[in-house]
Amino acid sequence: MKGDKAVVDAMGNRWRTRTTLLPEAKLGDLVLIHAGFAISLVDEEEAKKTWQLIAEIDDFEETSNKVSG
Amino acid sequence: MKKRGDKILLAHGGGGQLSDELIRHHILPRFNNNTLAELADSAKLNLASNLVCFTTDSYVVKPLFFNGGDIGKLAVCGTINDLAVVGSAPVALALSLIIEEGFEFELLEKILTSISKAAGINGVDVVTGDTKTVETGAADKIFINTAGIGVRLDGVDLGLHKITTGDKIIINGTIGEHGMTIISQREGIKFQSQLRSDCAGLAGLTCQLLLNTSGIKFMRDPTRGGLAATLNEISRGNGLSIKIKEADVPVNPTVQAAADMLGFDVLTIANEGKFVAIVAPESTTECLNICKNHSLGKKASIIGEVVETRDAPMVEIETKIGGKRIVQMPYGRELPRIC
Amino acid sequence: MLEKIYKAQSLMDAACKTLGRQINIMEVCGTHTVSIFRNGIRSTLPKQMKLLSGPGCPVCVTDQSYIDAVLALADCDDCLIATYGDMIRVPGRGGSLETKQSSANIKVVLSSEDALQLAKDNPKKIIVFVAVGFETTAPSTAVAVKEAAADSTDNFCILSGHKLVVPAMRALLSGKNHNIDAFLCPGHVSVVIGFGAFAEIVEHFGRPCVVAGFEPMQIIEGLSEISKQLTAGKAELKSIYTAVVTEKGNTTAQKIIAECFEPVDGYWRGLGKIEKSTLRLKEKYSRFDALKRFNITEEPHEDMSGCRCGEVLCGLIEPPECKLFAKSCTPQSPVGPCMVSSEGTCAAWFKYGRERKQN
Repeated sequence: MKGDKAVVDAMGNRWRTRTTLLPEAKLGDLVLIHAGFAISLVDEEEAKKTWQLIAEIDDFEETSNKVSG
Repeated sequence: MKKRGDKILLAHGGGGQLSDELIRHHILPRFNNNTLAELADSAKLNLASNLVCFTTDSYVVKPLFFNGGDIGKLAVCGTINDLAVVGSAPVALALSLIIEEGFEFELLEKILTSISKAAGINGVDVVTGDTKTVETGAADKIFINTAGIGVRLDGVDLGLHKITTGDKIIINGTIGEHGMTIISQREGIKFQSQLRSDCAGLAGLTCQLLLNTSGIKFMRDPTRGGLAATLNEISRGNGLSIKIKEADVPVNPTVQAAADMLGFDVLTIANEGKFVAIVAPESTTECLNICKNHSLGKKASIIGEVVETRDAPMVEIETKIGGKRIVQMPYGRELPRIC
Repeated sequence: MLEKIYKAQSLMDAACKTLGRQINIMEVCGTHTVSIFRNGIRSTLPKQMKLLSGPGCPVCVTDQSYIDAVLALADCDDCLIATYGDMIRVPGRGGSLETKQSSANIKVVLSSEDALQLAKDNPKKIIVFVAVGFETTAPSTAVAVKEAAADSTDNFCILSGHKLVVPAMRALLSGKNHNIDAFLCPGHVSVVIGFGAFAEIVEHFGRPCVVAGFEPMQIIEGLSEISKQLTAGKAELKSIYTAVVTEKGNTTAQKIIAECFEPVDGYWRGLGKIEKSTLRLKEKYSRFDALKRFNITEEPHEDMSGCRCGEVLCGLIEPPECKLFAKSCTPQSPVGPCMVSSEGTCAAWFKYGRERKQN
């Protein structure tokens, strides 16, 4: 994460996303993304009941320059 | 040897000195066969049979290089697969290049090497070819056309008319890999991924299947438009209907996640290393065994069957929750959906 | 999972039996419409339970004059249109973005951020962001506008087509006639506005409102909850999308919408004018409003003569009862939103029509 820019991982796909609308998000959190923005934290227990796929924020070290660009 | 940074000039397609250099120094050395080496106006082939299959395809994919392949590998495998699924053993390819002035030599060489490698792995020779160059802007970097000749396998006669109610539908592996890989690298959509194109030549597997079993009625490779398009084409082609089960269609979770994120239906996404086979019920076990013992068929699965048509031919899917819906012919250009 | 489905089906059967008539449940979210279609959910419901695809596809309810405005801007060589893929095939009077000749001027983007970046990368062009979507997408547009203001990216502007869900639901229920018994409420809109926003629908109109996510089992559970309420004669507000939806919603997102936008009256394709149902940029950010920048006057809404989408949306008629259905209104050349959306009621009926005859 850099400022309000972050990278999320969904089953091996990595998407750039913004946390502007979710300032409380931090590394390792599960988030819901819509149109490039994280809009909600996800309750993991509840999510397991309702979702097959889960997205999470990760630290994309090798390409952090891409994230900040 | 050309230096890095050198580019294709219009003269490379002009039939003169530069063309000659291009062919002799860059193309010929990569395609080591006597027929091509003759550089005759046409290749003279001695085929084992006069039952010959012939196909052509053009390749304009962007990006040119992607995880799992490139336009060159695609140009070989795509054409080989078209020959494979009609029941022939591919023998020879024609290779035609249209290159935009200014295209980097280094990239051209990479593509040529890739073509050569793919041809080698699949046991076909590039026996004839052509290179043209066009002004900057008249083509998007490089377009490739390949035409292929294959010899029909003895005793194999596939056709839509052979399909009957009760026949099963087999696919040799997971779907949507190629299309989602390309989409993931498309401008404006780019995302990093473990996705990898399934681009591969299928003739080795298809020939094995066709020579060792007798119940295969028809085959097709689900490229553009994916499984949805292919099943609809088959259904329309013979007037029968098809029912498949979502739970039985193999999909890699990474591919599914990427498709879900963008709103795509994975059934409509292109494949380049897959075939669909319509098989008599009594031959399915044998077919699956052969597939699973081959590197390109490990995840082979029976996904459905051919059924009677009630009103009009249609393809229906039973979803994971037991619901039913029609699998439509895709529009032809799938776009990501946000709302 | 099958057990859950059987349980749900028996609850739905009970509701149908208790009410002794067809039950119409409306969903108001494009993503729900797609999920219901793709998972074949309708085929798992009792015959007497109908799912109405409401005006939930924000793209499909976008008025023709909006599309025409975008098409006109696409004609300007100085402009670059940045749009979500959803918009590409929606028809205006003069065609769609797809049929537009100068397609080099049209770029598909995945986020408002991409659109803003386009503006930064193309300083000599004016980037017009086709900002459609409900409250889920409006905050991201607002973020882009604020950043454009902060960075003085003056070649960026938006054509706001953002719509609000609750006013549309209110309008449908306040109309002369409707057959809507309950609402399956949109999951992601609720993430932003909070499920509490639907309380007024329950209180004023006495209709059960259940917020559900998009996985098929969520939708089925949402329908069973509605069924339970209908059987008991209740009308309550409930959310089963507990993983992400709260009563208050995302207040950061709500604040940013309020900072940049104000609700104004707007025209919805097939439904006509709905009060305070569309978002327009506030005066403070008006220089990023493409309407003002290009002096686009909102044309008076032209009736799509013969289109009965409004009645289809409310469950008053079935698609074949509309004279245009399958004649001048088809998936290839749609007129109203019910056909524009490839998963909408009319489009789905068109494809499944033959199946229905058998049943």
